[in-house]
Amino acid sequence: MSKFKKKKSGDLPAISTASLPDIVFMLLFFFMVATVMRENTLMIQNDLPFADQVEKLQKKDLVMYIYAGKPSARYQKQYGTEARVQLNDKFADVSDIKQFIIEERGSKREELKNKLTTSLKVDGETNMGLVSDIKYELRRAEAFRINYTTRNGDASQNFQ
Amino acid sequence: MAKRSAPEVNAGSMADIAFLLLIFFLVTTTIETDAGLNRKLPPIQDENTPPPPLKKKNIFQVLINQQNDILVEENEMELGDVRQAAIDFLDNGGQGCDYCQGKRDPASSDNPNKAVISLQHTRETDYSTYIAIQNELVAAYNFLRNREADRLFQMSFTEMEANFNDAQYNGDKDLLESRIETIRDMYPMKLSEAEPKESK
Repeated sequence: MSKFKKKKSGDLPAISTASLPDIVFMLLFFFMVATVMRENTLMIQNDLPFADQVEKLQKKDLVMYIYAGKPSARYQKQYGTEARVQLNDKFADVSDIKQFIIEERGSKREELKNKLTTSLKVDGETNMGLVSDIKYELRRAEAFRINYTTRNGDASQNFQ
Repeated sequence: MAKRSAPEVNAGSMADIAFLLLIFFLVTTTIETDAGLNRKLPPIQDENTPPPPLKKKNIFQVLINQQNDILVEENEMELGDVRQAAIDFLDNGGQGCDYCQGKRDPASSDNPNKAVISLQHTRETDYSTYIAIQNELVAAYNFLRNREADRLFQMSFTEMEANFNDAQYNGDKDLLESRIETIRDMYPMKLSEAEPKESK
């Protein structure tokens, strides 16, 4: 056994890991600063379509999010595979949108109410029927400013 | 008794703690997508009032059917050609448009102020196709607006808008706003998104 234990005198010294915490902390701070916590837990598939003529949404606190798409795999048993609307953390009916908008609007300051934008985060495979139902509800709730939220990319990628 | 020097704190586990935090933040980080196509919905119209009369030649009809085929003015078209077709239609300048550079075809639109793009779809159309077409139509407007902004103010329209929204921009914002308005008046975005057609 002494064959394995013998140490050669010219061995390299172990690499010092004393600076490892510093490196890790550097990465840690980067991610802490860059992190945006998700507001909503998605219960649907949400592969947004691509577009390249996009404008950025300006003020995050003046945006209301409406999600739509097929329920994700773990909810399909309960809710089926038909595309649905999600508001906040729950599945909702299209007719709930008006109430949702009114509640969101009520929580904002008076002078900001007409600057609210609705961001539609809709899965690319959704049928337009659902989307136009959502749009009709938004018109009924008088939330006219909308944003079709997309990923940045060439529009032809939508056909793949 | 001689003073004992305090023993050094073992910092060996600091890396582990930092790794733990790092992994937590790595997992929770989501790169938020917060860009998209801005649109303004029309108010709900009274069903009794007839829609304002429009000449047929001033309407550019784009229809997406349930197989996601694109029909422009009742002819089938590939996605890549929609942008140029829309530019040709908007920029035609049949009458009353001195900055248009189109063919001045009397069978196409009179001027950009009257030209309306009507985007229709069925209930079965895919959302991604719809967004692709919307994107091309917005691109057509942006192309024309950029061209005119470049000609008049030596700055592209998208750049002007970006500067206007940039809080750190230190130019004259009022001037910028009036210029943006000028360009918007030259090519107003008249994009009608009608209710879906019943599929036959």
